[in-house]
Amino acid sequence: MPIEVNGKAFETDEEGYLANINEWEPGVAEVMSKEDDLELTDEHWDIINYLREYYEEYQIAPAVRVLTKAVGKKFGKDKGNSKYLYGLFPYGPAKQACRYAGLPKPTGCV
Amino acid sequence: MSETIKNFLYLNRKAPYGTIYAWESLEVVLIGAAFDQDVSLAFVDDGVFQLTKNQHTSAVGMKNFSPTYAALGDYEVKKVFVEKESLEERGLSLDDLQHLTWEDEDEDWAEKDSIHLVTRAEMAAIMDGADVVFSF
Repeated sequence: MPIEVNGKAFETDEEGYLANINEWEPGVAEVMSKEDDLELTDEHWDIINYLREYYEEYQIAPAVRVLTKAVGKKFGKDKGNSKYLYGLFPYGPAKQACRYAGLPKPTGCV
Repeated sequence: MSETIKNFLYLNRKAPYGTIYAWESLEVVLIGAAFDQDVSLAFVDDGVFQLTKNQHTSAVGMKNFSPTYAALGDYEVKKVFVEKESLEERGLSLDDLQHLTWEDEDEDWAEKDSIHLVTRAEMAAIMDGADVVFSF
């Protein structure tokens, strides 16, 4: 089911993940979050941008445990826990944040 | 989750792109590591090519997944054994391989080497000592 961002159609898979990671633009995250009734703040963008950097470097989306640890290291220990991440992304940081970031579903994520 | 942590050894014997084994192995390792198991990787025979630097895959039409090996440290996979004889037989040395590291949280995130060069005899002992060996 394609989503529409600024008049442009983006192909997604059956679970709503972007079909082509290279097509991603910030508007994709805006539209996806609006559908989930979520307002994106700078804190959300920190995670989304971090996920995109991680994918760029390693060609995979990090597991939640890996993400949690990395966030704690990069943005401060108070943020390196699942409570903080689930507070931002109630459907799960890996599933929801990766989807907004245009990444495929994380390996090992069911 | 199981109370006993088992010692899993993933044995990689094949070149990275001729078959799907190398990528499948890496995916299983990443999934397994996410479940708090004690994981080691072994690279023998043509498997040593999986870790070589500067891979370019556009001509074979496959995704270059070699950057993913550098993520292993994040998944707390700290033991990567490479067989010395397998490298030598292929005209390779440690310098031809990626430099894989992990960060020790207890030592202020000090970077430590993940790759250990071992002889064929040592590799046999490592396989013998593993609870479970997955061969790819």
